[in-house]
Amino acid sequence: MERIPILRMGRLLLVTIQVDMHDRLAMTLQDDLSTRIVTDRATGVLIDISALDIVDSFIGRMISNTAAMAKILDARTVVVGMQPAVAITLVELGLTLEGVSTALNVERGIKLLEWGGA
Amino acid sequence: MNIKTDTGQAQQLAAIINEHHTELLDGWMAGLIARLVRRDKIAENELRQQAAQLLPLLAGALASGDSFDIEGGAWDDTRQLIAEISQTRVRQGYSPIDTASFMFSLKEPLFAYLRKQITAQPEQLGDAIVSTSKLFDELGLLTIAIYQKAREQVILRQQQELLELSTPVVQLWQNVLALPLIGTLDSARTQVVMESLLQKIVDTGALIAIIDITGVPTVDTLVAQHLLKTIAAARLMGADCIISGIRPQIAQTIVHLGVNLEDVMTKATLADAFVVALKRTGSSITCQQQQH
Repeated sequence: MERIPILRMGRLLLVTIQVDMHDRLAMTLQDDLSTRIVTDRATGVLIDISALDIVDSFIGRMISNTAAMAKILDARTVVVGMQPAVAITLVELGLTLEGVSTALNVERGIKLLEWGGA
Repeated sequence: MNIKTDTGQAQQLAAIINEHHTELLDGWMAGLIARLVRRDKIAENELRQQAAQLLPLLAGALASGDSFDIEGGAWDDTRQLIAEISQTRVRQGYSPIDTASFMFSLKEPLFAYLRKQITAQPEQLGDAIVSTSKLFDELGLLTIAIYQKAREQVILRQQQELLELSTPVVQLWQNVLALPLIGTLDSARTQVVMESLLQKIVDTGALIAIIDITGVPTVDTLVAQHLLKTIAAARLMGADCIISGIRPQIAQTIVHLGVNLEDVMTKATLADAFVVALKRTGSSITCQQQQH
């Protein structure tokens, strides 16, 4: 079954979405992430969506749900690398990802998580 | 019978133009220069050149037998030249009256020759003058129509340029962008503003964008909504926004309208916003007292 790899960097989990997200893949990722946060005792989750050209409302909600779950499990979520077109689409859809931190690229995202953790 | 006499008149007119080319040109130029507002040697030379080009085309079209119907195929070349002349006039800033006068001024010298040729039959002379006059009226109107069309194209282009010009995104400092908004924000402009801001954030890797609304005359709920959308999109890209340049009246309007700007940092001036942005990005400016 197709899965999106979750990489571990210390106490951070790095998810780079390189393929077009379909709904089932998004649900699997959500499951995997919540499991991994607990097993790896992660304090931060970094979701890189720089390769995504299209984000629909389902994926947008999935991202905010993931962030909410991570928060309950005491981990912070940062979404990085959103394309301008994607940002405009999400805003037009009314999904502003409240409660999710954002950063321009992975480097900045990691810095943000480190500061937040310190 | 009408067509026949029309054709006859057209042939006659063509003959006059061909025979008295130089004299007509002189008469035409004299009339033109008398009416012209802009008077200089270069303009006169250009006029003369255009007139000299147009005369043989006119004669050719008249002689070809399509008589006075300027929509006809025989008039293609003439219409094209008139179009070119009109379009040049627009670029050079001539008035529509100047442009139309170019055609109308040829009437008088032509009438003079018609009068000379048809002295015997006053009726025929009257007919000839009426149809010639009609022809040049139509040609004159054609110049105005083309002039108008060219003007509209200029306006359209300027509109687009204004749209792009009025939304500049400037980098004030490392990691700090400024977006001075000028003019009313409507949906079309918000789209342009949003796109250019987000692209600039990607290009420069900015952390903070200052949206300065000093140049926005009024802020209603729609404008505020557009602003909040732009800010939300920038936040999704990982950049924070500060709104600056809020005038007292606009602050009052915002409060009266009940627009919620609580989640957005606002400052009265661009300078204040810049200081905050510098602090956030870890830079600072110090004043050095100069010794005299």
